[in-house]
Amino acid sequence: MDWRTYQKILLPDTPDFHKLDVYEKEGQGYQALRTVLTEEKWSRKAVVDEVKKANIRGRGGAGFNAGLKWSFMPPKQEGVPRYLAVNGDESEPGTCKDRRLFEYNPHTIIEGALIACYAMEMDAAYIYIRGEYADWIDMVQAAVDEAYAKGYAGKNIMGSGQNIDVFVHKGAGAYICGEETSLMESLEGKRPYPRSKPPFPAQVGLWGKPTTINNVETVGHVPHVIRNGADWYLGIGAQTFPGPMLYGISGHVQRPGVYEFPSGMLITDLIYKVAGGIRGGKKLKAVVPGGSSVPILRADMIEGITMDADSLRTVGTFVGTAGMCVLDEDTDIVKFLIRVSQFYDHESCGQCTPCREGTGWFVKMLKRIDSGEGSTRDLDTLLELCDTMEGRTVCALADAAAWPVRNTIIRFREDFEAKIKFKGAYAVA
Amino acid sequence: MEPVSYTFTESEIAEIQRHLSKYPDKRSAVMPALWIAQEKFGWLSEEAIKLVADTIDIPYAHVYGVASFYTMYFKEKVPEHLIEVCTCFTCGEMGGKEMLDYVKEKIGADARGFGKDGKIWARAAECLGACDTAPVCQITNRRYVHQLTKAKVDELIAKLEKGEEIPYERIPLTDQSIIDD
Repeated sequence: MDWRTYQKILLPDTPDFHKLDVYEKEGQGYQALRTVLTEEKWSRKAVVDEVKKANIRGRGGAGFNAGLKWSFMPPKQEGVPRYLAVNGDESEPGTCKDRRLFEYNPHTIIEGALIACYAMEMDAAYIYIRGEYADWIDMVQAAVDEAYAKGYAGKNIMGSGQNIDVFVHKGAGAYICGEETSLMESLEGKRPYPRSKPPFPAQVGLWGKPTTINNVETVGHVPHVIRNGADWYLGIGAQTFPGPMLYGISGHVQRPGVYEFPSGMLITDLIYKVAGGIRGGKKLKAVVPGGSSVPILRADMIEGITMDADSLRTVGTFVGTAGMCVLDEDTDIVKFLIRVSQFYDHESCGQCTPCREGTGWFVKMLKRIDSGEGSTRDLDTLLELCDTMEGRTVCALADAAAWPVRNTIIRFREDFEAKIKFKGAYAVA
Repeated sequence: MEPVSYTFTESEIAEIQRHLSKYPDKRSAVMPALWIAQEKFGWLSEEAIKLVADTIDIPYAHVYGVASFYTMYFKEKVPEHLIEVCTCFTCGEMGGKEMLDYVKEKIGADARGFGKDGKIWARAAECLGACDTAPVCQITNRRYVHQLTKAKVDELIAKLEKGEEIPYERIPLTDQSIIDD
């Protein structure tokens, strides 16, 4: 399928699509839910299998097959409630896609969540949305209220005998709550310190009960998979990372925006054809393809690279959230990295020492380099510090903080060295 | 100034009860209840936190622990209006830092970011999730102002000073029809 003729699925241009009646009329809204609840062929397992076959790669950043995650839920035990947590904490810098779904297509999230709850025999879905999105939380709540009023959520949904509640939970400003176990702690009303795994959420999740956590966009894909089948979904975009993709293109481009195209687009097409190229006729310096955590790419690394896990792996980076930040030749990459590191320093929950201390050291050492007081030895110390953080903490925030530092230093070393006054000052000792 | 009475009204208690009914454990209502307290009192004082703890019937220390974790709960008395300018990642590269400096200069901010007239304060925000309309700011935990310029900041501050509401700025879906081949 050529991306030029692609018809949008997740963010259609239909006016008032966020309203239930329009969603039903123009988007076959809640038909997929009706189908799985009423048609015999859609057993719970059949839904899980179809979603698994479609290989919806988690859109929150990890890219894990959503249906496979669903299949990890243990067999239902009578009297033991089970939960779905829908992750709308969207806080990864560079990511601005979920907010568009909340505003323009909230019902696909709700319908997807309800289908997921049916498939995994869950009692309730909690849609966790970052507190900054106060206006959008109201929009999602309004959509949930509409769904309840129509009997699409709550007791005896569509006369099927299924009871599934949908609740919206408002965060209060913490990046860490986007980490799935932290999100559960936050929902439980605790300080959101991530939990050690195992036990995994499917075994011990929300309030100690079996739980699955999916990104809002991921569950938003589900009604389309049910309606059109896994084979249809597999035919969109990249073979091993299929489906529609919301590309949040920001930074020094002519036309920043949230674009919906098939996955697996060429990065160069996205920058130059879709977003109109670099503004002011400047040259490209760097691209961060999927949110601030994923390794940065130099301009000379993107030729022929597409937005899917396999292609991006060849240049040592990830799809992440497909929130792409484009930087032009005037960018001070050291200052850029300082601000990214400040973000992780601010957002580290403080539970694990390597992350709590390491994120602060990143900022201090990078600032020293930026001020011209650094030495080449500092660059090696920073890389060593990355070694002491990656994989040594409860959650992946330390990794997310270390990857930009490690890869920016390796890929733009000359930019750092240019700021170092006493080159090799310690090298002779 | 009249002393603040630290009680919830009946409707506020009903609202907290409604939140309690959403979760199997009462502790989960702590965040919504803190939101209600902050809306009411403007910030979360010791008394406000105690009120939340007593209303949900959980320990003060627990509620304090939650309140003190999150950026959006104010742990000190702050001016009525907050201009939180994103300086993170994309916004930082698109002029967000300069916009924050401009806001602070305009309101005559002290080291805490509090403006001279005591009505407005400003601080840097971490990524607000509106990178495609950078630079952005958020007003007092709600409204977003997109594609900030100095003129937009001037207008914004004038509105806040006059006590006018900041309207919701709707960003249409991205126009995908233009393709540069």
